[in-house]
Amino acid sequence: MSDLLRLEHVDVGFAAEDGRVSAVSDVSLSVSEGEIFGLVGESGCGKTTLAMALMGLLPATAHVAGSVRFQGVELLGLPPEELRRLRGDRISMIFQDPMTSLDPTFPVGEQVAETITAHRDVDKARARERALELLGDVGIPEPDRRFGDAPHRLSGGMRQRVVIATALANEPALVLADEPTTALDVTIQAQVLDLLRELRTRLQTTIVLITHDLGVVAQICDRVGVMYAGQLVEVARVSEIFRSPRHPYTQALLAALPTQHQAPGSLRVIPGRVPNLADPPPGCRFSTRCPYVMDVCANVPPLAHETDEHLIACWLSEATKQAGQPDHAAAGGAA
Amino acid sequence: MSQVLFSNEVAPVQPGGPILQVEKLVKHFPTDRGLMASGAVVHAVDGVDLEIRPGEVLAVVGESGSGKSTLARCVLRLIDPTAGRIVFDGRDVTALRGRQLAGFRQQVQPVFQDPFSSIDPRWRVGRSIAETLNAFAIGTKAERQERVVDLLDRVGLDPSFARRHPHELSGGQRQRVGIAAALAPEPRLIVADEPVSALDVSVQAQVLNLMADLQRDLGLAILFVAHDLAVVEHISHRTSVTYLGKIVETGPTERVFRDPRHPYTKALLEAIPHPDPERPLVGSVLEGEIPSPIAPPSGCRFRTRCPVAIELCAVEEPEMTLFGTGHTAACHVARAELDASAG
Repeated sequence: MSDLLRLEHVDVGFAAEDGRVSAVSDVSLSVSEGEIFGLVGESGCGKTTLAMALMGLLPATAHVAGSVRFQGVELLGLPPEELRRLRGDRISMIFQDPMTSLDPTFPVGEQVAETITAHRDVDKARARERALELLGDVGIPEPDRRFGDAPHRLSGGMRQRVVIATALANEPALVLADEPTTALDVTIQAQVLDLLRELRTRLQTTIVLITHDLGVVAQICDRVGVMYAGQLVEVARVSEIFRSPRHPYTQALLAALPTQHQAPGSLRVIPGRVPNLADPPPGCRFSTRCPYVMDVCANVPPLAHETDEHLIACWLSEATKQAGQPDHAAAGGAA
Repeated sequence: MSQVLFSNEVAPVQPGGPILQVEKLVKHFPTDRGLMASGAVVHAVDGVDLEIRPGEVLAVVGESGSGKSTLARCVLRLIDPTAGRIVFDGRDVTALRGRQLAGFRQQVQPVFQDPFSSIDPRWRVGRSIAETLNAFAIGTKAERQERVVDLLDRVGLDPSFARRHPHELSGGQRQRVGIAAALAPEPRLIVADEPVSALDVSVQAQVLNLMADLQRDLGLAILFVAHDLAVVEHISHRTSVTYLGKIVETGPTERVFRDPRHPYTKALLEAIPHPDPERPLVGSVLEGEIPSPIAPPSGCRFRTRCPVAIELCAVEEPEMTLFGTGHTAACHVARAELDASAG
């Protein structure tokens, strides 16, 4: 498997009244062809901003730096016309609320067909045929009858299937799915997760799944990147991160999940709150809440390979220490 | 009937009867109004029975359209039920009006998903909390000020929060303020409708801990309406599972989660994406989607999606059957299995 997508030192800043908000800071990661990569974190961690940045969908007030290479082509700085050609064709996106992607007044089948004719030189009849096929593929019963329905005639789960059909219309190499099941009921979510997994197997589509839900990550992703306050703090195979999370934030996040094993009232909490990204702490942004904080944490910890399949950005890690070699001597206390 | 006895993890029951009894509660909404009204109704809640004892957390869990929020709003007396009874502390409160309704509301307080829906965004936090006291004419102005500080402390916020506006607060802090306001009149029952579903995991943990502490320290009863099964399993003593306006299964939370009897409960539990790659989803267990509550299926409402439905299920509505101490489910197939095992 080769890298389909490679991000290097991506920064996203927004101009704000009180200076510049650093929404994404120095994120580097790569996604292999055919994998489902999860990007997980809590509100404001920058996961959606990062996805929007690589799709070229951020407003003009955003300042994006670094490098985003897709199939070897640099996306940052690509002329808008060329980006538009990629979007909906080689790269497509699925959002949380299907109604943000669907035109409420336009038959759902037409919307799928239009995505095809916008990028492919095919006649209307052929596009319609293909749209019907896609609607069937994503599990919409009786696509012939549903083709002419306006979105409001469909349930939330069915609408999200239409959005997925649209996203797949041109057999993209990469699908960015931002909380695709968050608005759905749990039994419908299980169906849609099934569908995404099946599509990956059948079409070898690479999926970057952005979510806050660690359960969804565990069920469907191959690898996962954990973000906190704009920084990528850990990347690992899913089996690895749930068994042995290394970054103190990942550990705290997993421990905060409610289970039946913990007595009510005894869930682990993370003291303090997420820093203001207009004035983030220097170095590791989790340092203000981290139980293991050391002097050296005032330096940005580089994301380094602990093992082949496990990267971590924390000064407690030997790998980070070796990769970083900060100016200040590393203070003791590494546990 | 074979009575299986389990080491049930029931609430530390306080003496006396239930604090809340809901009997055969029905709430229908007209689908349209005016000249063209067709007379069709949405069967949002369709014959629900439940009981909460003092100091107990009862979770009502279900997907959208199950009627769980409508049930909560009926119990809070925010909307009038179409039929049935709501009995609080031994007294029928279904039709209370005026001063008596205010007295009831003092004892039964809401906590909503979005605390902004119950907090005036222009008011400082202290005023919002004091207003709840004012509404029930509790204390003098000075006493109310003092009580606001106590309440903020109770929910883990510094007294300085009294001077802040809601927009200066994080989601978790706002929910704490919502809880402080709910606690102000010293209620005996809290009706919490999705109180943590808008919160991030780490903040959700703080609010769940707070609710568990309050429940234990103040002996509060909580009707906890939620869709998140992991949250429900963690916080509740008993759980009721709703589907299309009916309760299909009720029991001690541990029993419902470990030994579910209704096929819908089983399907719901199997659909949970566990944060553990070693417990993979077995695949989507349920076909299709929840039918329209305007014309719910005959007999058992779940039969159109049920993997084990038999002919009887279309004809006859199943009754609640006892499967263990305090564990009931309404399913013909589960009932037949139970009868068979009893020989």
